[in-house]
Amino acid sequence: MSKVLKGAVSFAVLLAVWQVLAVSGAFPSSLFPGPGSVAGALVERAESGQLLLDVGASMYRFFIGYVVACVSAVLLGLVMGWCTRAWEFLNPVVQFLRPISPVAWLPFIVLWLGIGDTPAIVVIFLAAFFPVLLSTVGAVRRIDPVYLKVSKNFGLGSAQTLFKIVLPAVFPVIANALHIALGTAWIFLVAGEMAGTQSGLGFLIVDARNNLRTDELLAAIVAIGILGVLLDWTIKQFEETVSRIWGTGAQGAEQ
Amino acid sequence: MAYIEINDVSKVYQREGEPFHALSHVSLEIERGEFICLLGPSGCGKTTLLNTLAGFEDPDEGQVLIGGERVKGPVPNRVTIFQHYGLLPWQTVEKNVMLGLLAKKMPKEQARATAAKYIDLVGLSGFEHVRPAQLSGGMQQRVSIARGLAVQPDVLFMDEPFAALDAITRLKMQDDIHRIAEEEGVTVVFVTHDIEEAVALADRIVVLTPNPGRVKEVIKVELGPDRLRTADDFLAVRDHVFDVFGMKPNWNVEYVI
Repeated sequence: MSKVLKGAVSFAVLLAVWQVLAVSGAFPSSLFPGPGSVAGALVERAESGQLLLDVGASMYRFFIGYVVACVSAVLLGLVMGWCTRAWEFLNPVVQFLRPISPVAWLPFIVLWLGIGDTPAIVVIFLAAFFPVLLSTVGAVRRIDPVYLKVSKNFGLGSAQTLFKIVLPAVFPVIANALHIALGTAWIFLVAGEMAGTQSGLGFLIVDARNNLRTDELLAAIVAIGILGVLLDWTIKQFEETVSRIWGTGAQGAEQ
Repeated sequence: MAYIEINDVSKVYQREGEPFHALSHVSLEIERGEFICLLGPSGCGKTTLLNTLAGFEDPDEGQVLIGGERVKGPVPNRVTIFQHYGLLPWQTVEKNVMLGLLAKKMPKEQARATAAKYIDLVGLSGFEHVRPAQLSGGMQQRVSIARGLAVQPDVLFMDEPFAALDAITRLKMQDDIHRIAEEEGVTVVFVTHDIEEAVALADRIVVLTPNPGRVKEVIKVELGPDRLRTADDFLAVRDHVFDVFGMKPNWNVEYVI
């Protein structure tokens, strides 16, 4: 059975179970909307153009937070992987900050930076930053020494070695970290948008909850899931292209 | 004075808390244009000696002089070829070969032309725009050799360059590197644990023994440029090397007439 067919079958079963539960009357339909009413709410939102605005707002915040996190984490990771001494000082602090959920900072983020786009961007930044930083540092420290020998042998300077040899050499590992960080950051999108925004998928969820529109609430959840799958698929293509060019053969983890 | 002078070089590593004498009072002289094979079993210090010559490691005692100057680190006119090629997998064959040339600030067009010449020399014309992962191991090592030769080095240090290749490819590579080294007039120091490889390539074979790593014997190989691996004189040298390693059982004599 092809992969697409398997996916279709599992979603068909999921929808069927959902539909049966919805019509069984075990829960009142206002608390447990069936697939039909959720699809209706989704279409309604889409037709009014509101869905596109919310998706656009969420994507905008997501991409700024994610891209800024990735670029800064890779750059800092390169330098820290290279200057082992400095990393030994920074690492304890990173290990302390890393397990703290980005959402925990949300009150301070709002107090310091105000509401609007910023809290969501900062939360996404925090969610993506640490995994990419740690992977990059680890990859640079574990780089095959032959690259450094070649670089020294042909007389490349430090900066050239770092950006022309080390960065590309560890890039397959970084690409994998970018993939994982994307998923993590996407999870925190909703939480980030729950703090005082007036748009976005996270706001949609808060808004639907406040209005007791469970069909809209689930519609927003479905939209978040679909977008998450699409984003993951996109970066997976990127990761696989990298590993094919590099010849590392390491395929992205099956998820 | 010889071109490369190794004077009483010693190197000790700590291995599980115990000192390990990788090299112990090694002295050797190598002339310009010579093809030298460092031959010995694992742990005999042959790679350590090569790394010391190439400048990747400093000796604990003694010194290495090349062209009358003390080796302080790796330099572009003495290129090391590694067993696992050390190619940049994200770049094409052409870009890989241009690495050393661009590092020397050679103009791009000139570097491209030079790269083409050396890619042709190692028999890889037509593969300029292919990435290393798409090539076989033998072809990747050819790229690495082309990259090394492109900067027109005085010396090539080769660290078991053909050990990861299959037997047939290895024979072809041996013949090619022998011819190319001759043509380019480059001095070669070649590390191997393969006796036949050493006999096929070397002007002199330096036999090393392990723990402590010492030069046991230097064998002059007077076989000329075209070496037939099944010829009597080839086998005689090979036989002698076996003898040096003490690997020639006495009953062998029965078969020699």
